[in-house]
Amino acid sequence: MGYVIEMLNITKDFPGILANDNVTLQVQKGEIHALLGENGAGKSTLMSILFGLYQPNSGTILVNGKEVEIKSPNDANDLHIGMVHQHFKLVHNFTVAENIVLGMEDTKNGFLKMDHAIQKIQALSDQFNFNLNPNDIISEISVGMQQRVEILKMLYRNAEIMIFDEPTAVLTPQEIEELIHIMKNLVKEGKSIVLITHKLKEIKAVADRCSVLRKGKYIGTVDVKTTNIEQMAEMMVGRKVLFDIPKSPIHLGKTVLSVRNLNMTNKDGKQVLKDVSFDVKAGEILCIAGIEGNGQTQLVEALSGLNPHYTGTIILHGNEISKASIRHRTTSGIGHIPEDRHKHGLVLDFTLAENMILQSYFDEEFQHHGFLKFENISSHTNDLIERFDVRSGKGEKTMARSMSGGNQQKAIVAREFDRNPDLMIAVQPTRGLDVGAIEYIHKQLISIRDQNKAVLLVSLELDEVMGISDRIIVMYEGELVASVHPDKVTENELGLYMSGSKRGEINEVV
Amino acid sequence: MKSFKNFLLKISESLKNTFSKKPKISLGENTKSSLYAILAGLIFGFILMLIFVPQDAFHGLWIIFTGAFQDGNESMGNVLLFAAPIIVTGLSVGFAFKTGLFNIGATGQLTVGSFVAIYIGVRWGFLPGHLHWIVAVLGAILAGAIWGFIPGLLKALFNVHEVVATIMLNYIAMYLVNWGVMSTVFDGLSKSKSVLESAIIPKMGLQWLFPDSSVTGGFFLAVIAVIIIYIVLEKTTFGYQLKAVGHNKEAARYAGINEKKAIISSMTIAGALSGLAGAIVYLTGSGAHLVVQNLLLSEGFDGIAVALLGLSHPIGVLLSGLFLGYIKNSGFYLQRLAFDTEVIKIIISTIIYFSALSMLFKKGFKNPFKKNKKTGGEK
Repeated sequence: MGYVIEMLNITKDFPGILANDNVTLQVQKGEIHALLGENGAGKSTLMSILFGLYQPNSGTILVNGKEVEIKSPNDANDLHIGMVHQHFKLVHNFTVAENIVLGMEDTKNGFLKMDHAIQKIQALSDQFNFNLNPNDIISEISVGMQQRVEILKMLYRNAEIMIFDEPTAVLTPQEIEELIHIMKNLVKEGKSIVLITHKLKEIKAVADRCSVLRKGKYIGTVDVKTTNIEQMAEMMVGRKVLFDIPKSPIHLGKTVLSVRNLNMTNKDGKQVLKDVSFDVKAGEILCIAGIEGNGQTQLVEALSGLNPHYTGTIILHGNEISKASIRHRTTSGIGHIPEDRHKHGLVLDFTLAENMILQSYFDEEFQHHGFLKFENISSHTNDLIERFDVRSGKGEKTMARSMSGGNQQKAIVAREFDRNPDLMIAVQPTRGLDVGAIEYIHKQLISIRDQNKAVLLVSLELDEVMGISDRIIVMYEGELVASVHPDKVTENELGLYMSGSKRGEINEVV
Repeated sequence: MKSFKNFLLKISESLKNTFSKKPKISLGENTKSSLYAILAGLIFGFILMLIFVPQDAFHGLWIIFTGAFQDGNESMGNVLLFAAPIIVTGLSVGFAFKTGLFNIGATGQLTVGSFVAIYIGVRWGFLPGHLHWIVAVLGAILAGAIWGFIPGLLKALFNVHEVVATIMLNYIAMYLVNWGVMSTVFDGLSKSKSVLESAIIPKMGLQWLFPDSSVTGGFFLAVIAVIIIYIVLEKTTFGYQLKAVGHNKEAARYAGINEKKAIISSMTIAGALSGLAGAIVYLTGSGAHLVVQNLLLSEGFDGIAVALLGLSHPIGVLLSGLFLGYIKNSGFYLQRLAFDTEVIKIIISTIIYFSALSMLFKKGFKNPFKKNKKTGGEK
């Protein structure tokens, strides 16, 4: 069988970084080819070259055996290459059909002619079981459906080769199932798919072959059926990866955080926290599990002080901090790895060094009479870069915006861990990260637990919940509905609590 | 009215987004983009001259280039005279940009500052001579600060958009000052009385360099303001906080920074700078009088252009302010040709505002494969 795409010896460098170093990728017709690599391994760069967004420094690209030059996405389009970006490119107040025809609309005397397009879209949707209504407004359909619009957009443009950039990052587990089904249907119709991902389970579930990149270098291509997850992880990270991190036995200390009768009502008058009470003790990782949107975000906002509009008491080390300012809370021993690293965790247009002092710029170590001590800031940053292995193009002077997601998260972790807080609130600390980084962050969380600190982990990932927590409390619609131990509960049972179909004992919470 | 407000909000948002961002590209490229913008402005100005007075167009262009040397030391001194106030209003707008605020109220702050400076300059002759001008300058700074504090407070406490608040305050300032001039320091005809000799900002040595020009030490005040603002923004925790709020309000809050305080401080300082600019304009001996008229003073709006061209950086603002001063001075000499005053103003404004498009050029000269290109991926 011939190759539909061959990217041979591709090299591409950016200032300070060799993004692709002699990389080769060969995709067969009618296969799902996974492109695996950590954040910053060069997957997106390679695909951007294929899609015409970047030009390689050297190397050749062959489509259907013919050498081509892809100078812009339009060229890619003419070669029937399509791409579904991680962040969708849709106009939110347009209909499905309007989005799909955008840029190649049929017109008659200057007026839009949509009838034919709508028919064609409907036919395609039916053919692939997309269940889309061409007249729905984008902002009113779910993220999963929006993704289907993106896929349909490629089909409408007769794409034969489809690039999916981390397509599952934004989807719920059920939507992921459906997407996998769609992808399998697409290859059955003769399309070829390149799947960019760092999620090994998905590769196992859907891909035929898998090419691995590491730090810009091509590591190899394997047959997915005959390779197990551990082997692929090792190729990706370059060493053996521990999926289960060993933990020492628990040594419970004093109560660090005590929350009583926390209630919060949102702007629409809906009660988002209902009488939430729990304790976190030194030396334990307490995990708050639950499906997204069941009050976890609001609970953390209350604990961190980001949203002061709540009732109830929060006691840290015996001192009530319910009315304390955010600054007071962070300086009295709360570390916070926020849910949204771009919104809260980092100032993206600050340098790495400026971000590293975000929570401590006012310390005597970093300022004197209001003047910043740049030497100390710089050595502090370099120390953190070294200790926490934060990788970036220009070291402390790197703009946070230009760093990969994993390294941005590492920077936040470094900053918060270095402050040595008694209570670490970590909200989905591994979201969007690759296995290497996940393993790293889990190790860090366990290490501060072993130093007799308290960890409050909010997570949506069942693997994570079961893997590293000492105790699990489940939130459902703003209430705590169960308190369980990870060794005494199955994932299935936990799922029932999370979906609200079962309630457990919560006595031991308080 | 509502759609107009939305329109303004949109413009200010997009400007803010563009300008509160730290330039990601190297200084060399930044400067290049500004220089291309200036070049484009000059070309466009030249085209206008060709349209209006074709026979004098080339001569006119020559005068624009050589304006500072038309009348020896006088014209050179006048470049500094024109540049000083717009450097400071540029600093005012740029400083607010850095904190994520669009201070379109520089003109109003400048107006109240001007009035207070003139009032003190005319009426407070009882002050000892060497203190008189200092008090007048400080009064102007204080008045401008109050005029910046009000929209800052409204924004921080009631989330009133600063663009709307400052526009309204511009008109309030204009009418209030008209009334104030007429009832306190009116010359009986159309404008304010001349300030006393002791209230004029000393020349601080510039009289040796430019004996024929009425340039004052106001230029040095502008340079000092540039240095202070540079230090505040780049070297202090206070500036760090303001910039954090400007780049990402939520992250600043997460870091325990009081963003309300930052907004109020930033607007107050921006206002104080514009107030200082008012003092620099009117505490000169060159017959600068506050005219009672229903017109917003242009120095405030020039500040926006200066801030844009200087990419909101204090040093950039200094250089772009000097450039604008140079061009304005050249405009003065265009009158020697067959150009009408209005046409000169159009040409000069065109050059200035075209120059403010440097961001456009910056995008053009940036790595063309950056983000904005990616959206072009769809067809």
